[in-house]
Amino acid sequence: MSSRRALSEPRAIRWLLIAITLAFLIVFLLLPLLIVFTQALSHGLGTFLRSFGDADTLAAIKLTLITAAIAVPLNSIFGIAAAWAIAKFDFRGKNLLITLIDLPFSVSPVIAGMVFVLLFGRQGWLGPWMAAHDIKIIFALPGIVLATVFVTFPFVARELIPLMQAQGTEEEQAALTLGASGFRTFWHITLPNIRWGLLYGVLLCNARAMGEFGAVSVVSGHIRGLTNTMPLQVELLYNDPGAYSAAFAVASLLALLGFVTLALKNFLEWRHGDELAALRGRT
Amino acid sequence: MDISIRQLGVRYGDVNALRGVDLEIPSGELLALLGPSGSGKTTLLRAIAGLEPVDSGQIVFGKQDATRLSVQERRVGFVFQHYALFKHMSVLDNVTFGLRMRGRDTRPPNDEIGRRGRELLELVQLGGLEDRYPNQLSGGQRQRVALARALAIEPSVLLLDEPFGALDAKVRRELRVWLRQLHDDTGYTTIFVTHDESEATELADRVVTLDAGKINTQAQPAALA
Repeated sequence: MSSRRALSEPRAIRWLLIAITLAFLIVFLLLPLLIVFTQALSHGLGTFLRSFGDADTLAAIKLTLITAAIAVPLNSIFGIAAAWAIAKFDFRGKNLLITLIDLPFSVSPVIAGMVFVLLFGRQGWLGPWMAAHDIKIIFALPGIVLATVFVTFPFVARELIPLMQAQGTEEEQAALTLGASGFRTFWHITLPNIRWGLLYGVLLCNARAMGEFGAVSVVSGHIRGLTNTMPLQVELLYNDPGAYSAAFAVASLLALLGFVTLALKNFLEWRHGDELAALRGRT
Repeated sequence: MDISIRQLGVRYGDVNALRGVDLEIPSGELLALLGPSGSGKTTLLRAIAGLEPVDSGQIVFGKQDATRLSVQERRVGFVFQHYALFKHMSVLDNVTFGLRMRGRDTRPPNDEIGRRGRELLELVQLGGLEDRYPNQLSGGQRQRVALARALAIEPSVLLLDEPFGALDAKVRRELRVWLRQLHDDTGYTTIFVTHDESEATELADRVVTLDAGKINTQAQPAALA
């Protein structure tokens, strides 16, 4: 009797934990997403599709894609460089650098946006000089890209630092003794060893770059058809009583981008599972 | 190739890892560097390879001062303690890596590279395992892949860091005999690091004992003929 109790209790706890987790997932993740899609389609597929015919909405989608296309490669390069420096070298101030990389996670995105306005805005430190040279950053694409780069900076680096630290430098040293140059060592040894971690970081970075609202909102100026990204366009449409379902249509597209990111990640893990296991040194 | 080490000094911050080491290694010798951990034996091996920056003294390969040469220019065959095989490459690609990395003017054609890789795998008795990946091999097999990879570049000197450290006793004994045979067949100047005295005396032509960053002349075991 007592042994059965000992067995049954953990099972009850296990089911309880699973039930709590599921309930949370449903209430806070699935339900909101479901509402986004039902609202988007509440006036029929025709209205849904027509929402994307709007010139301003199309411009917002295009701007978001352009921003991500600039910010993600930049942060991939920064991320690799930072992770490389931290994982493979010992130097003074290393911990400070790691803390700095995490800064965008701990600072509110709105503050990040404000920093750029303070720097490059008309009343900002560099404002007069830039006005004199006809350079526009705030309320224009460069500002939006800067804000996005700031907010998404940690994703790739954070993904790569523990991976590269775990892998050490022995394979690189071996490549050097075999006559490979520094660059070829990176290309043939380091990069293949980190490629899946890198890809994962890039996917997360991309999802955030497309979805960023706060920082971009501050620097964008909300000019319809010019400096509105998709998240900003969603807000704008949402506040317009006539465009309620259009807001959800754009929002559903954003959500879909997130799903594609996740699906892609899972596909890669499934497709290259063997190789991933090999990289982790398992048989 | 003859190797001369003259008054070699290596520092890590405040620690003197090597304090004026003098060592002559005639061409074709199989030399053991023996010593407890922290004695500087691995540091000396890495300094010869160019993997450790040298603070004072000289390393001479043949007639050439190699002290300031880069790792790549020294062309040493280095076998790492944990082998450092390239996990994402097949065994054959591992072995031919050094040949494939050569400049366009000295790189053999691709079929020649493949042929030499297979020859080397035959030499280390791993013929037929070309397409395996390192994680599909046993410890002893990985060790031999690492050795074949180092031999592929026709090294000026072969350096082995605790070559049997990660293997069980039986494989260890087999590999010892086999490595001695391989050395006699190929004739490369070979230096290996170990903390196991019986391994050193059994395998090497000469044993040099390091202690606290210096060569301990009192503790030299008798040289083997």
